[in-house]
Amino acid sequence: MTFKMDVKQLNLFYGDKQALFNVNLGLPALQTTALIGPSGCGKSSFLKCLNRMNDIVLQAHVEGQVLLDGQDIYAPSVDVVSLRTKVGMVFQKPNPFPRSIYENVAYGPRIHRLFKTKSELDQIVEKSLVRAGLWGEVKDRLPQPAMRLSGGQQQRLCIARAIAVNPEVILMDEPCSALDPIATAKVEELIDELREKFTIVIVTHNLQQAARVSQQTAFFHSGYLVEARETGALFTTPHDERTQGYITGRYG
Amino acid sequence: MRSLWLERFVRCFFFLCALGAVIVTIGIVVSLIGEAFRFFARVSLFDFLFGLTWAPRVLPTGEAVGFGAIPLFTGTALITLIAMLIAIPCGTMVAIYLSEYAPTKIRQTVKPLLEILAGIPTLVYGFFAATTLAPLLRNIAETFHLTIASESAINAGLVMGIMILPYMTSLCEDALHRLPLSLREGSMGLGATSSETIMRVLLPAAFPNLMAAFLLSLSRAIGETMIVVMAAGLAANLSFNPLQAVTTVTVQIVNLLTGDQEFDNAKTLAAFGLGFVLFILTLILNILALYGIKKYKRIHG
Ligand SMILES: Nc1ncnc2c1ncn2[C@@H]1O[C@H](COP(=O)(O)OP(=O)(O)OP(=O)(O)O)[C@@H](O)[C@H]1O
Ligand SMILES: [Mg+2]
Repeated sequence: MTFKMDVKQLNLFYGDKQALFNVNLGLPALQTTALIGPSGCGKSSFLKCLNRMNDIVLQAHVEGQVLLDGQDIYAPSVDVVSLRTKVGMVFQKPNPFPRSIYENVAYGPRIHRLFKTKSELDQIVEKSLVRAGLWGEVKDRLPQPAMRLSGGQQQRLCIARAIAVNPEVILMDEPCSALDPIATAKVEELIDELREKFTIVIVTHNLQQAARVSQQTAFFHSGYLVEARETGALFTTPHDERTQGYITGRYG
Repeated sequence: MRSLWLERFVRCFFFLCALGAVIVTIGIVVSLIGEAFRFFARVSLFDFLFGLTWAPRVLPTGEAVGFGAIPLFTGTALITLIAMLIAIPCGTMVAIYLSEYAPTKIRQTVKPLLEILAGIPTLVYGFFAATTLAPLLRNIAETFHLTIASESAINAGLVMGIMILPYMTSLCEDALHRLPLSLREGSMGLGATSSETIMRVLLPAAFPNLMAAFLLSLSRAIGETMIVVMAAGLAANLSFNPLQAVTTVTVQIVNLLTGDQEFDNAKTLAAFGLGFVLFILTLILNILALYGIKKYKRIHG
């Protein structure tokens, strides 16, 4: 199996406090990996290591390797800016910029100068919104403020914004936790379609959701990666009893 | 039962507090307007607003002459403009540094210092202008073969700019720092650098609050008296040359009211005329700004 990203012996510290211990995990290309585990076990922290969002956190410190196509993203020569265009991120709470719908999607292409003419930019915006399944709902109101969209629409706008810069990997941190069941279903459907072109990592507290959208599931517990296997196998025959306890709802 | 009565009492109490504040404000405005009208009965509104010479005196015939307020308006505008030219760019840039780049420790030390600076009596700044800045400017100007009046608009404007700088910086810093982390994450997560995030996301998002900060500082600059008395002088020259001495509305109000005239003298009443104009101007400024902010919010959400 070829891994799009491969995490080796990853340790993460916030100041003196260690948040991740010796994590080893490979992310198969063009598949969705779900990260599950009780609150505070380090899922978001792990996700942020994959595109170096922890760099923004002042006291955060990472040891170990994270390979993207065989290259360590923590090597001194790596350009964080181009890394983050390859590994995009969608956050737990929809966080559109307080600007128009169009400008939100155009933001990434603008800062990375991914277009030559205005019509090329228009095309990128349209294509990204189509992919995010939002085009039909917003095509007549592109100049309107993004803040006026519903929560579910805002989240799909954030997905459109992330895919507008042509990433290879998309990280999603509980993308549906602020959405109702219908909006959630739409986003899940979307994730399934996106898998054709992108490698996806999704954090979720919803075990059915993990089962529905992912091919691989990784169970974290207090900073350790306990078990990571093919999704069906992990849910039917967990090897570790902590995994068993979590998925049968005994705690977490 | 008891808690219901208490609730009623508390509500009444706070209502009375609010009512008191409103009544006092209305009282001030009404008396200001009343006195201003008594003034405009002696000097026509047109002569006052558009007259070019300010040399107020009452002739023995009882006629009031020399009440043209234009030099005062231009003086106020000139000094305020110089002050804002300094305070807006410097204040915004320092605020950006403190909020986005400075280590937490520096921010936590500098922020309270700014607030202390903002509280220094303006007399101190005026003294600084008169004793330190004025001679310095004069020396600099001399090397370029220019002459600066010992009391000059640039002198007063500079010091006023310095004076409102801490206040402005502190307000702008609040406006930026209040923005949610999620905005920064969203932008950085798309591969934007810190400076791109600041220019393209944070400043536009903070724009309404930055405008409010500018406006509060502007009102403070317009209302400032002490610095102008000490640094720009009393001479009512009609000039846009920053090297000349000019005077402002507030300074002339003080000037008109300190003297031994009786209270219905045209000169004394002129102070209320000036006060009234100042009141209207600041009101218009505030309404315009509020309108602008509202419109901006409607467009950008
Ligand atoms: N910026 C930070 N500074 C210090 N400690 C942090 C920071 N961010 C997270 N932590 C700690 O790291 C641990 C893991 O946090 P993380 O947010 O990764 O958990 P999580 O699995 O995403 O939880 P949840 O399901 O509630 O989102 C927690 O103990 C948390 O307190
Ligand atoms: Mg989390």
